[in-house]
Amino acid sequence: MQTNQAIIRVKNLVKKYDDFIAVQDLSFDVYENEIFGLLGPNGAGKTTTLEIIETLRDKTSGEIIVDGFSVDTHAQDIKQIIGVQLQAAGYYPNLNLIELIELFAGLYGADIKPMEMLEKVNLQDKAKAKYKALSGGQKQRFSITTTLINQPKIIFLDEPTTGLDPQARRNLWDLITEIRANGTTVVITTHYMDEAEQLCDRVAFVERGQIIALDTPDNLIDNLVNSGFERKKEVKKANLEDVFINLTGKEWRE
Amino acid sequence: MHNNINNKNSSSPSGVAGYSNTTATLALAKASFRSIMRSPSAVVFTLAFPLIFILVFGFLGGGGTRLDVGITPGSDVNNPVIYSMEKTGMIRLVKDKSKAEFDKLLEKGNVDAMIDVHRKVNSAAYSVNVVYTSASMDKGNILKSVFNNLFYDQKLKPSVAEIKESTIHGREYKTIDFILPGQLGFSLLSTGVFGTAFVFLSLRQTLVIKRFFATPVKRSSIVIGEGIARIGFALIGALFIILLGHFFFGFTLVHGALTVLNMIILATLGVIVFMGFGFIISGVAKNESMVPPISNIVTLPQFLLSGTFFSIEAFPSWLQPISRALPLTYLNDAMRKVAFEGAGLWDVKFQIMILLIWGIGIYAVAVKVFKWE
Repeated sequence: MQTNQAIIRVKNLVKKYDDFIAVQDLSFDVYENEIFGLLGPNGAGKTTTLEIIETLRDKTSGEIIVDGFSVDTHAQDIKQIIGVQLQAAGYYPNLNLIELIELFAGLYGADIKPMEMLEKVNLQDKAKAKYKALSGGQKQRFSITTTLINQPKIIFLDEPTTGLDPQARRNLWDLITEIRANGTTVVITTHYMDEAEQLCDRVAFVERGQIIALDTPDNLIDNLVNSGFERKKEVKKANLEDVFINLTGKEWRE
Repeated sequence: MHNNINNKNSSSPSGVAGYSNTTATLALAKASFRSIMRSPSAVVFTLAFPLIFILVFGFLGGGGTRLDVGITPGSDVNNPVIYSMEKTGMIRLVKDKSKAEFDKLLEKGNVDAMIDVHRKVNSAAYSVNVVYTSASMDKGNILKSVFNNLFYDQKLKPSVAEIKESTIHGREYKTIDFILPGQLGFSLLSTGVFGTAFVFLSLRQTLVIKRFFATPVKRSSIVIGEGIARIGFALIGALFIILLGHFFFGFTLVHGALTVLNMIILATLGVIVFMGFGFIISGVAKNESMVPPISNIVTLPQFLLSGTFFSIEAFPSWLQPISRALPLTYLNDAMRKVAFEGAGLWDVKFQIMILLIWGIGIYAVAVKVFKWE
C-alpha cells in the first residue's frame, strides 16, 4: 500500500433527521482495492453513511466523491460502478436464483451468464431454488453475487455475516478475500471484531455519527497495548471458535 | 496519503451512455410476469373466481320465469288445455298432491296457481277454473296473460276475434351475455387493485425496491415494467374468459374477432384505471394485513353495485346514483354494449370518457400518496 489512491472520499458528511443527528462531520477515504471496515455499535450511523455513499439516501451536507463522481451530480454514474448488499434486503418474490440474476442483469444492462455468476459463489446446484429456500450462508453468498453482476469497482456489504455459523462465516471471508484479489474494493460493516481483524486492511470506528479511530487493525491494537492495556485473562494460543472449527470441521454445510 | 483523486464530474460520463432503460423495463416486466403467474392468489382472483361465477350462471341456463301450477285433484289431465300449458316451457305442472297439501303450498306461494279443467257437459269445450294466490301475485299476473294467450290460441274461445301475433326475431339475450361482461369487469378490478397493492407494498417492505434503487434503473421503469406485466396478465385472463364463455356457454360476440379486440381495448383501459386504486392502497397501507380490508372497500361496493350480477335498473332509485358514480359500472356497460349490441368503441365514448375521468382522478391521488420507501 505504497501508493494509496482514494476511490471513495467522504468529507465533512452530515446527516440530520428531524430530531437527531445520525452522522456528524464524518470524513474518511477508502483506498482502491482495500477491504475497508466500518465498525461500531448499532445506531452509530454506519448504515446511514453507507447508504449515502450508495446514493440511496440524501445527505444534509458534506461532499462525497466515488471514483471521481460526486453523489450530488453523478448518482447514476456511481450506481453503474458499485455493487450494493443491503442489510436484510429481500428479493423479487416467486423467482428462482437464475431468474433473479437475469433481472439484475437487465437492471444493470449487464451482459452476463447467470449460471457463471452462480458458479462463482458455488450456488450452481441451487440455480432453480427460490431465495427464501436458501440457508443463511447461501442467502448471503447469493446477495454478494448480485453485487458483482455489473463488474463493479467497489462493493458495499452491510453486515454480511450476521447470524451465520462459524463455518459459513469463514466461507464468506474467503469469498470476500477472493473478490478483493480480483481487483474490487470492498467496504464492509460488521459487529465482529475478529472478522474485522482477519479481513480488513483498515477499519474506522464510528460512534454517535463520528469517527473516533481509523487505522489498520494492527496499528490500533499496538496503540492500545502501548498505552498499557492488558487483557484480564492470559491469552491462549487458541480461542473457543478454533475449538469449534477443530471439532466440527472446516467443511461448510448447506 | 489520500491523493490522486481526479474529479471526472466535468467530463462527460461514459458509463451511462450504454445504459438502456428499455432493457431494464422489460427485464422487470418479465420478472414480474413470471412472479404473477406463480402467485396463487393472482390466478384465483383473475381466473378462478370469475370462471366459477360464469359456470354457475352459465348452467343456470336461459333463466326466464318459471311458473308452478298445481292441478286440482280430480281435474281432467288429458286435454288440450293441459297439453298446451306443458308446451309453453314456462309452466311447471305440479300433480299428485292432496287438496290439503296444495292448500298449504298455495298459501306459501310455493305454487303460483291451481288449475281445474273439466269437459263441459254436452259440449266440446272445456271449463277451466283457475285459482290464484295472493302470496304470489306477480307470477299470478304473468299466468293470467299466459292463459289468455293460450286459450285464444287454442281457439278454446272461438267467439273471440282472431288475434294476430308476431315476434320479431331478435338476438337471444342469454344470461351469459349479462354475466360474463360483469365477471370480466370484476376480474380486471381485482387484478388491478389487489395485485398492484400487494406487489408494491411487499416490494417496498422487503427492500426489493431499495435494492433496485442501487442499480441505475429509473423509477418510471419500475412502474412501467410492473404495469406491463400486470396488464398483460389481466388481458390474458380476459381473453381466456371471453373465449371460454363464447365456445362453451354461447357468449354472444356480434362481430367476432373485432368484438373481442374492442373488449380487450376496453379491458386495458379498465385495468389501468383500477391499478391506480392499487397504487393508492399500497401507499396508504401500513402492512400487508391492511391490504385486503382496504382493497375490499374499493372492490366490494363495485362488485355489488356496478351491475356485475344484476342490472342497476333493478336497484332502488336512491341507490342508482351511487351505482352510476362507480367506474366499474361504465366498464361493464361498455363491455355489454360492445359484445351484445355490437357497438364500436366510438359508440361507447361516454363510458370511456367517464373511465378516463376516473383514471385522471385516481392517478392524481396516487402520485400524492404512493410511497417508494
